[in-house]
Formats: sequence, C-alpha cells, structure tokens
Amino acid sequence: MSAPHIDIHRIAGLARLELSPDEESRLGAELSNVLDYIKLLEEVDVRAVEPMAHAVPHSNVVRADAVRPSLSHADALSQAPSQSNGLFIVPRIVE
Amino acid sequence: MPNRLTVCELSRLLSRRELSSREATQACLDAIRQRDPVVRAFLHVDEAGALAQADAADAARRRGRSAETHPLLGIPVAIKDVIAVRNQPLTCGSRILARYIAPYDATVTEALRRAGAIFLGRLNLDEFAMGSSTENSAFGPTRNPWDTTRIPGGSSGGSAAAVAADECSAALGSDTGGSVRLPAAFCGVVGLKPTYGRVSRFGLVAYASSLDQIGLLTKTVRDAALLLETVAGHDPLDSTSVAQPVPPYAAGLDQSVAGLRVGLPREYFVEGGLDAEVRHSIDRAIAQLESLGVEPVEVSLPHTRYALGTFCLIAPAEASANLARFDGVRYGLRVEGADPIEMYARTRGAGFGPEVKRRIILGTHALSSGYYDAYYLRAQKVRTLIRQDFLDTFKQVDAILTPTAPTPPFKLGEKLADPLQMYLSDVFTISCNLAGICGLSLPCGFTTSPKLPIGMQLLGPPFGEEILLRLGYAFEQSTDWHRHRPPL
Repeated sequence: MSAPHIDIHRIAGLARLELSPDEESRLGAELSNVLDYIKLLEEVDVRAVEPMAHAVPHSNVVRADAVRPSLSHADALSQAPSQSNGLFIVPRIVE
Repeated sequence: MPNRLTVCELSRLLSRRELSSREATQACLDAIRQRDPVVRAFLHVDEAGALAQADAADAARRRGRSAETHPLLGIPVAIKDVIAVRNQPLTCGSRILARYIAPYDATVTEALRRAGAIFLGRLNLDEFAMGSSTENSAFGPTRNPWDTTRIPGGSSGGSAAAVAADECSAALGSDTGGSVRLPAAFCGVVGLKPTYGRVSRFGLVAYASSLDQIGLLTKTVRDAALLLETVAGHDPLDSTSVAQPVPPYAAGLDQSVAGLRVGLPREYFVEGGLDAEVRHSIDRAIAQLESLGVEPVEVSLPHTRYALGTFCLIAPAEASANLARFDGVRYGLRVEGADPIEMYARTRGAGFGPEVKRRIILGTHALSSGYYDAYYLRAQKVRTLIRQDFLDTFKQVDAILTPTAPTPPFKLGEKLADPLQMYLSDVFTISCNLAGICGLSLPCGFTTSPKLPIGMQLLGPPFGEEILLRLGYAFEQSTDWHRHRPPL
C-alpha cells in the first residue's frame, strides 16, 4: 500500500511546532505507517451513523453567572516565564 | 513492613493504634529510598511534607478523628504527575513543565486530602500520558519491579510500579486508552478506570478530553472500591462529571456473584492474537469464575478491529487542541523568538518530546482543512458503532471479560522504534475509553520464566463499577495472585 503523503512542514507550521529537518523526515515515515493502518476505517459503512463527540451523551451544562472566588492574580502570574506590572510579557506583536 | 499492607489493612492497624501514620509513611519513604533508585517510579518525593502530614494525622487521631469520617486517615498515597497537588511539581513528564508548580489542588486531590490521605510525591509517566511503556518520560523510564529490564506499562507506569514495589499504599493514575489498566496488568496490581463522568477531572492535565478519566491503582479490589467511593461524584468544576449517586462500593463487595453472566468477546480471543501463557491464565480465570457460579457467555463486539484506528485519530486530534496551551506565555518553558509565533514554535519544539510531537502532528493533520471529514468525522462515527456494540452486549451480560494485554510486559526499548507496535499494546483496553464505559484490571496469573504478571480485564456498562468490583473481589478472594510480591 502506498504511503499517504503528509506535508509535515506545513502541518508543523499550523501546530506552531518547530521541527528539525531530521525530525520532519522521521515523523513523515512513522506517520505514514500509522495512516496506512488507519485506512482500515474506510471499510466501515458510516453513512447512516451519527458522529459521537463525547463518551456520555451530554447537553449543555450551565451555571449561574455569579462571581466566585478563583485563583488570585498573584497565583495566576506565579509561573509566568516573563511578567511585569501584573501582566504577562510577550514579544512585540505590532510595530 | 507497613508499606506492604493494603489500604484496608493499614487503616485497621492505624485505628487500633497498633501503628502510627508516621511509621507507615516512614516505611514507604524507606522503601522508596531502597528500591526507587532502580525502579524510578517517583519523579519527586516530598519526604518532609509527607512526614508532617503523617504527624498531623496522628495528632488528629489522638483528638478523636477516625476512619468513620476520614476513611483514608494517615494512609500514604502517591499521585501520577499529571494531576495537580497544590505547591507540588506538576511536570507531566515533560521538559515544557519541568519547573512548573501546581497553584491549586485537583478535585480528586482535595477529596483524598479531606479523607485524610498523606501525599508522598509525584509518579512518573509517559509525557502528557501519551504512551504504553513509560519510556516517553522526559525524565527517564520507570522499570517493572518484576523484572527491571522490562517496562512497567504506561502511561501510569510510575503509579503501578510504586504500588507493586510497596513504595506507597495506593496511587492515582489516568487512563485515556488503557493507561491505568495496562500498567496494572504488567505490574501485578489492581487498576480501575471508572466510567467517563464518574470522577471529576478538574486538575487533571488534559490529553484527550472525550476519553480521559482518572483511575486508581491499588493492591486489592477492596482498596479500589474504597478509593473510588472517596473520589467519585459530581463536581461543578468539571461539567463532564455526572450527577449520579455514588454507591457504597466497598459494602457491596461481599454479595454473591452466582448467576452473573460474563461475556467473552470472540474478537478478543482470535487464534494467534494472544500470547499462549496469557491465554492459559485467562482460560483458568474463566474456569475459576465459573466455579463461583458465574456463567460465561460468548459474545461479539463486531467493530473491535476498528478501535485502535479510531483512537489513533480521536486522541491525537484532541491532544493537538489541548496542548495548544503550552506556548511559553503563561507558564512553563519559554524559548525566545523575534515575534510571538516564533516564540511559540521554538518553545514547543524544545519542550515536547518525540511522541508528543508525533501526536500533535497526526492530530493537526486529522483536523486540517480537507482531511477533517475523511479522518476525524469518520472516526467519530465509527466510535458510535463501537459504543453501540458494547451497549447491545450489556443487554445480554452483566460484564465482559478479556485479557488486559495481548502479551506479558516487554523489554525496555523493544517497541520504541515502531510507534504502531507500541500502540497495539493497548488493543484490548482502548475500546473501553471510546465507549465511555468502566474497566478493571486485576492479577490472574504469571508467566513461568521469567515470572511476569498477567492481568485480566473486566468491562462493565456505564456506571457499572459495582458489578466489576464485586466480580473482581470474588475472584480475588478465591485466588492468591494479588499476594505475590516482586523479587526486589
């Protein structure tokens, strides 16, 4: 069976994941095997079948829109790689 | 050797004041010090914190607190490093969270704390719970206490190995495709994956949200029942938890199993699909249950052969979305870049290991424009058929019995080069998560040489944990597999 082609470089870009050229070629080979295996699903007649998003049938779960205690500002910032004035710091987005 | 006792045995001795929680906790810490340099079940041991909690439990007991209101009072447990314990590391076995400290307790952690449990530390796992051998941990593999050249199963390998090596009384794990049951089988302990929605997942780092469930690893079925009572129930912080009453699981264990019908799915017993010694142990276990009055019935789960493929699409797709949060902005590793996009990509490229990258790529591909219908949507439809197989079968039988794994535990490195072979280790456990039902793995024998544990799996209908535990308990009471100890 021919290996399905995946453009690993493009997918990695979508996933915001930097890969070395080595990693790209290794992943390509490994995933071809897995995608070949997954072709098995094409045998199944799913025309009249509803998709299942969750293991238990769920309807929307709502709660009162009320203020409740939550993580403090300091706790929320405590693990930040970079912070200043009570804010997360990120590289410049707009010039 | 209080570290060798079950939760129930230890609780009895503590109640009678024949032993203090400090002694029990110290015994576990001693076992960790002796054995864990080889087994490597723990990523972090909080020795001082555990002893302080034990002293507090002993003091509370002197003031009149008892197991009546605090069923785990003074019991030393350990937690898979993917479930938050406030002020403890939460690495998920990943470099990207190597220095992360949890700012809050998971709901299950809070429940254990309220019940009086002592937290010994953090248990090793495959990175972000993705794996079947615990070799995907960024901090090195855990070894099987029965044979340290072999893997303990995964992804909750640290949890199973720690319980098997008597380094803790019980442990929490998580199970997305078999990650509690497989290591339980490979390490010769009991592993319970509750029904989807039975236990709150607030504070569990998400891998595949429609499949993830927190589970228990214990030395006996009774301990699993007791722990499930403690952690089960609805939680407003997890909208997928279900408001179904929590029955007294432990109190129901002694009921007779005579007359219960147990299904044997023919798709799990195909010629050549099972290691001969596993097959022999399972056949003997079926005969043993029959002698207790259980009626075995051949059943069919026709979509079984599509379960792994379905899982290989759904789990990575959900993982690729869940893991988007690790971007170097709010917590965890950051590798600087010229702009945010470059920073995200570099951070994730440096922070994630090979298996996590593999699943992010596979999942992103499956969800990407032009492929969604062929992959993800089709998998969701096949999933419906897999669930329907089970619901139909549970109209005929009370539970289903299968091997937990097709083979005994394999050697370190044996399947690392071939992801598909590794995924196939979970071929018997995956359907349970896709169907959202419950599953229990318990020891049912050993291979001859070397002596390696074999596990059997009982699957039950949604919220059917009572039946599984009752069957498992009856089996356990009539055998001594759970009393064997690894040669450490």
